[in-house]
Amino acid sequence: MEFLLINHPLDCPICDQGGECELQDLSMGYGDGVSRFTEGKRVVKDKDIGPLIQTDMTRCIHCTRCVRFGQEIAGIMELGATGRGEHMEIGTYVEHSLVSELSGNIIDLCPVGALTSKPFRYKARAWELTAHPTIAPHDAVGSNIELHIRKNDVMRVVPRDNEAINEAWLSDRDRFSYLGLNSAERIAEPMIKKAGQWQTTDWQTALETAVEGVKGIVAKHGPEELGGLISPTATLEEAYLFQKWLRGLGTKNIDHRLRQQDFADSQSDFSLNDWALADIDDSDAIVLLGSNIRAEQPIIAHRIRQAALSGATVSNINFFESDLLMPVQHQLAVDAKDMAYYTLAGIAKALTQANKEDAAEWRELLGERRPSPFEQNVALQLSNARNATLFVGDLINHHPQASVFRALAKLIASLSKTTLVILPTANSNAHLKAKTLPSENGMNTMQMWQSDLCAYVLMGVDPQMDTAIPDDARRALKRASFVVAINSFHSDVINEHADVILPAACFAETSGTFIGIDQQWQRFAGGVEPRGDSRPGWKILRVLANVSQLNGFEHISSQDVVDEIESEWNMGQKPASHDFIPESFSVTSDLMLISEVPMYRTDSLLRHSNALQQTPENKANDVARMNQQEADKRGVNHQLPVIIKQGENQISLPLEIDDAIADGCIYVAAATLASVAIGRMFGQVEITQAGPSS
Amino acid sequence: MTEMLLTGPKEGLFTETLREQMDTWIAKYPAGQAQSAVIPCLHILQAANEGWLTTAIMDALASYLSIPAISVYEVATFYTMFELSPVGKHKISVCTNISCMLCGSEKVMQHIEQKLNIKPGQTTEDGLFTLKEVECLGACVGAPMMLVDKQYHEFLTEDKIDDILDRLNS
Repeated sequence: MEFLLINHPLDCPICDQGGECELQDLSMGYGDGVSRFTEGKRVVKDKDIGPLIQTDMTRCIHCTRCVRFGQEIAGIMELGATGRGEHMEIGTYVEHSLVSELSGNIIDLCPVGALTSKPFRYKARAWELTAHPTIAPHDAVGSNIELHIRKNDVMRVVPRDNEAINEAWLSDRDRFSYLGLNSAERIAEPMIKKAGQWQTTDWQTALETAVEGVKGIVAKHGPEELGGLISPTATLEEAYLFQKWLRGLGTKNIDHRLRQQDFADSQSDFSLNDWALADIDDSDAIVLLGSNIRAEQPIIAHRIRQAALSGATVSNINFFESDLLMPVQHQLAVDAKDMAYYTLAGIAKALTQANKEDAAEWRELLGERRPSPFEQNVALQLSNARNATLFVGDLINHHPQASVFRALAKLIASLSKTTLVILPTANSNAHLKAKTLPSENGMNTMQMWQSDLCAYVLMGVDPQMDTAIPDDARRALKRASFVVAINSFHSDVINEHADVILPAACFAETSGTFIGIDQQWQRFAGGVEPRGDSRPGWKILRVLANVSQLNGFEHISSQDVVDEIESEWNMGQKPASHDFIPESFSVTSDLMLISEVPMYRTDSLLRHSNALQQTPENKANDVARMNQQEADKRGVNHQLPVIIKQGENQISLPLEIDDAIADGCIYVAAATLASVAIGRMFGQVEITQAGPSS
Repeated sequence: MTEMLLTGPKEGLFTETLREQMDTWIAKYPAGQAQSAVIPCLHILQAANEGWLTTAIMDALASYLSIPAISVYEVATFYTMFELSPVGKHKISVCTNISCMLCGSEKVMQHIEQKLNIKPGQTTEDGLFTLKEVECLGACVGAPMMLVDKQYHEFLTEDKIDDILDRLNS
């Protein structure tokens, strides 16, 4: 104990870890009351390792847990012990921000106050906080977390152990998103627009105005002129009441698949039964298709990494190469056309060669072709595996021809007895259960935006940032005569075009149910009171239905809603599944825009979390990337910005030469202020060099 | 000396000669364990760069060995024989560990300090000598001792030190 304390400052009262420090506890239990050490203590300079983690390196006791975390869990060794003996220091040597998407875990691991949460620093003491269990809403994992609350404020978020889900880890996204809760952009009061001016009002007036407006449109133009769009981060209860209310008003146009562009395969059944996250650990062959898994679902990436380290083979097929921080056997960056026509079809062909009887309906489509070595290798990897998994990610799911890719993925999976995992967005599995989907002949997201309906009801949707076609969304809302937004955050488009804003409670403020990728129903209660005058979403929707004089909305708690959903789900007929078979593999060619929603831009709460927006990876979003060869072919270079033109829209961005991007592709991060002006995720674009003056 | 290439694909890093020298060492370890060769590689690169290592050289070595850069920094900062800032033509490393200390290494150090008018860690103005205080070099039987460049000198006395340094100076 005395040795540990030789260089450790004895000033616990001014240390952020005070009260929850392992060293302090040990010293209290086993140490002496008075230090016999009278010599000088060493001082170590603090390091700046980014906007998430605060260092106080004089307090470091060299346990090297943070170093081991980097090596063993994060897979990227950024911290190390430099120097020796008295001069040993933990740090990055060359100062830089940690890039691991799991870096926040070292805050929990550090036994002393050397690594602490930067946004939480000096904000509260451990004993002032009450812990409240809940579920993180940003990806489909449903990581178990604990809110640490003081009075009515979420002071920080820490992981809660759940071996079946997030083990002991938490992604930085889930850990620091709470910072958005107190954003100045939060909507505090119900608002209605009168003569073009926003006025705050009371709930009764706002609800009545909303219902009158919506009912007025339905009466005048028919229910087909009403569309409802809800964010996939909304809870199961919100989703259920949202669709029940709107269906009660007669509309069939309901959707939560905000960034999906291709709905041709909506009859295909991609659901996973009896699949758990822990099954990833047992996979011996894993293929990632169109998924930047580290950004999309960090905890799943971690599980895949653990599988890879225990011997699973990993292949990665995407529009760009990425560093997965794990051993990868086969990696291919290819444009959309070649991916469908050659790569996936080639893998499928290689698999059918083993058994000629299989996939008769595909024979003509696959045609005569000789699979390349890469395609054969991946086919062998899958067919030889005992327990193979094929993950399909957002780059495919958001693609305008997603159905072609998914159909091929499903074919490959069934030929090779592979588990097909279409990675869901946030709580979208709950939305499938709650049926926030268009009814028969109803409109999907794309149709709703493109048909210029008379009225829209939006819940948790920022039409610019959360949709695949921000341009159409803006235009549709502008032309609509009535728009209700049940949102938590202000946004320009909503402020400009909505008629009623109903402030909804955010994550941490509402009770609800989350259904993750593993189909577990995880219930949680609200931890803090909703901000200002905002109300939990399910209550707003229930009262909207009451005001609309609809029957069947007598729920007094979110549990009542869940009970109703469960009984309905158990009684209801499961929709029949029809596998989608494309007519051809022709995917448009020429220069393709590759749009990926960056890790910290996926939903409103994240976009309002300052610390996450300050991270270097987030700041690096406002560039276009293409490889050297493609840049030469198009006659552009990185010295001046480039103009990316899609239809009538164009944006100007600096060009970064990045040889990880596939030929024929230009990568622009979606859901950023710079990129929403382009109008549509993916699709063909033209590129020219900006003149020196522009 | 040809200029070392420190960026780009790993097949073209450094110079061909340096790559050959390092590959001999890498080949001594099992495949996939190139990290084991980090010390000999650092020696080779340090010798090729006037006796010291730049961060760029260490980064290039990390990508050549396919290991994290911090793993190279850790080794280079741990061992006293690696220099991270420019050094003089001759490097004098005086052991001040227990055996040498008992046999008078403090006097040895003092004498060199006075003679060259520098403190440990410093380089003479003419850029000829760098003085370092180092941990045990495993020659306790000949204490007090010092290492000058690659040569051990044992049973040091003031005369002997003068003699060694004067010879290098001339």
